Amino acid sequence: MTSVREWIASGRHAVSDRWHDAPRWMRWSVIAAVIVFFYALPNREFYQWLGPIPTTGSNFGQVLFTVSIYVLLAVGLNIVVGFAGLLDLGYFGFFAVGAYTVAVLTSPSSDLKTLWPWLLALPVALGLTMISGVMLGTPTLRLRGDYLAIVTLGFAEMIRVAATASDFLKGQRGFNQIPHPPGTHADGTPVFGVLDPRPYYWLVLTLIILVVIGVRNLNRSRVGRAWISIREDEDAAQLMGVPTFKFKLWAFASGAFIGGLAGALFAGKQNFVSSQNLELLNSIIILSAVILGGSGNIVGAIVGGGLVAYLIERFRGIEVLGIELYEYRFMFFGLVLVVMMIFRPQGLIPNRRRAAELKDRRKEVMVGG
Amino acid sequence: MTTLLEIEDVSLLYGRIKALHGISLTVDEGEIVALIGANGAGKSTTMRAVSGIRPIASGKIRFNGEDITKLRADLRVRRGLCQAPEGRGIFPGMTVLENLDMGAYTRRDRAGVAKDLTRVLELFPRLAERRKQVGGTLSGGEQQMLAVGRALMSRPRLLLLDEPSMGLAPMLIQQIFSIITEINEQGTTILLVEQNAQQALARAHRAYVLETGRIVKSGTGRELLHDPAVKEAYLGVV
Ligand SMILES: Nc1ncnc2c1ncn2[C@@H]1O[C@H](COP(=O)(O)OP(=O)(O)OP(=O)(O)O)[C@@H](O)[C@H]1O
Ligand SMILES: [Mg+2]
Repeated sequence: MTSVREWIASGRHAVSDRWHDAPRWMRWSVIAAVIVFFYALPNREFYQWLGPIPTTGSNFGQVLFTVSIYVLLAVGLNIVVGFAGLLDLGYFGFFAVGAYTVAVLTSPSSDLKTLWPWLLALPVALGLTMISGVMLGTPTLRLRGDYLAIVTLGFAEMIRVAATASDFLKGQRGFNQIPHPPGTHADGTPVFGVLDPRPYYWLVLTLIILVVIGVRNLNRSRVGRAWISIREDEDAAQLMGVPTFKFKLWAFASGAFIGGLAGALFAGKQNFVSSQNLELLNSIIILSAVILGGSGNIVGAIVGGGLVAYLIERFRGIEVLGIELYEYRFMFFGLVLVVMMIFRPQGLIPNRRRAAELKDRRKEVMVGG
Repeated sequence: MTTLLEIEDVSLLYGRIKALHGISLTVDEGEIVALIGANGAGKSTTMRAVSGIRPIASGKIRFNGEDITKLRADLRVRRGLCQAPEGRGIFPGMTVLENLDMGAYTRRDRAGVAKDLTRVLELFPRLAERRKQVGGTLSGGEQQMLAVGRALMSRPRLLLLDEPSMGLAPMLIQQIFSIITEINEQGTTILLVEQNAQQALARAHRAYVLETGRIVKSGTGRELLHDPAVKEAYLGVV
């Protein structure tokens, strides 16, 4: 057992060493190839040629869109949980703020009857999510410990209850006819239509790339160093002169911003937003995705988000011994998480630091100090 | 000589437990001042009050003439007050160099930082050998050195050291005290908490004795070193 684990570990190390030692042009071409692959993926000729990857029970382009939204959310939550070490249990609440702001401002079912185009509602949605992040973070981030986890959990639930119960937010009936993002082809047909999910997927994919570039730069700057120090030892960070509250708030608000972006994109694609989109489970799934992939590592978050969302969809339409596997998807999901936490608590693609921190914490528990 | 740090009638609470009962002390520019006392006397608590990571219940703290009682901890660092926390206060996932770099977080003068890095690595050759090693995997003594070195990187006017000799082998204890004297001679004022009262009193210009949150005695290092009560209680001499 241990030898197998060591063998896997050494293999992974070899891969990561090879990656870091590889010349720059080679790394860039691998990254470029991966990006091209994902842009090409929703085309039928391409994915059918790939064989068993596509989902059988549902439209593959639609599945890819869902997966890409989860990836975006995982990248955003990774800033909060992975970089700054803040436990946010209600991250999906920011998604809801983004989606509902767009819905209220654009949908004909809204009481406001503003009927804005999607693109005009987008910046308002992003601004509002960020403000809600700051409002939620300001009182709670001053405190240490588990307060944040509880407050964020309450926040997401509050939004769900408000969306279900309030007349203004339309409950389960929801908002319909939310407009799509703008743009027309040369022949006058809209780029973002009802039938073809691919353009939405490409849009989200492009935004993921931009967000990742931004987050990576931020993480390599003084801001990133401050986040890491807060995550590793908040008192020590403050004793080194890091304004910890300010940076925690920054992480929280940036995460909220990306969550709101995902929500606004979802609303623009889906055409319809209702309280049924707001399950507590969603927050848990995204958090699990970040932890599964390797909290603190952007690539880990992408892989985690992609894998979790894809696997959940992959179960659809598969029957084993007369049992619909999709019904049991969360059981498998939970099982995988438990196994992961036992054998690989640092995640699939861990952050070097994060692994050292976990070891340090285990040592602390052992010596009781 | 000017007074750098002035603590006036400071009380501090942990919940309902009062850990400091109105203590007053001063540290002059250029001094080494030692704070000794039994376990749980409130030495670390006093340090926390000065560095600002624990709010105080009443009293005043002045630094360099300015009232910093209500100032946030990270802003106190910018004023030139830096603490090396007791025990494992280093960043476990960062390498030795990254840890030292965090010590210079508030500084913008790159050239000065580079010079201080050289100086710290000279003071602690062990750290120089292990500069790429992750902090969490250093031995206890090495972590201790890293904590002191990191605090030095902020080039503080007042350095707060909480038990820098804790967990070190006898030879290293000698070494760390020599380093403390050296740093002080190069112009850094030091407030030092120590279990190792013998060494601390021998090196300090002045010292205070803390007992259950109250200052019960003060004097020059030499005076306290020869004080019968201090001898019996803290120096293990009967
Ligand atoms: N976070 C805390 N919550 C509650 N009580 C605390 C806390 N920290 C310290 N105390 C209590 O305050 C008192 C003073 O503690 P402090 O750490 O200042 O002692 P010390 O003089 O540094 O002791 P040592 O020499 O063992 O380090 C002790 O009785 C301790 O139990
Ligand atoms: Mg102490």
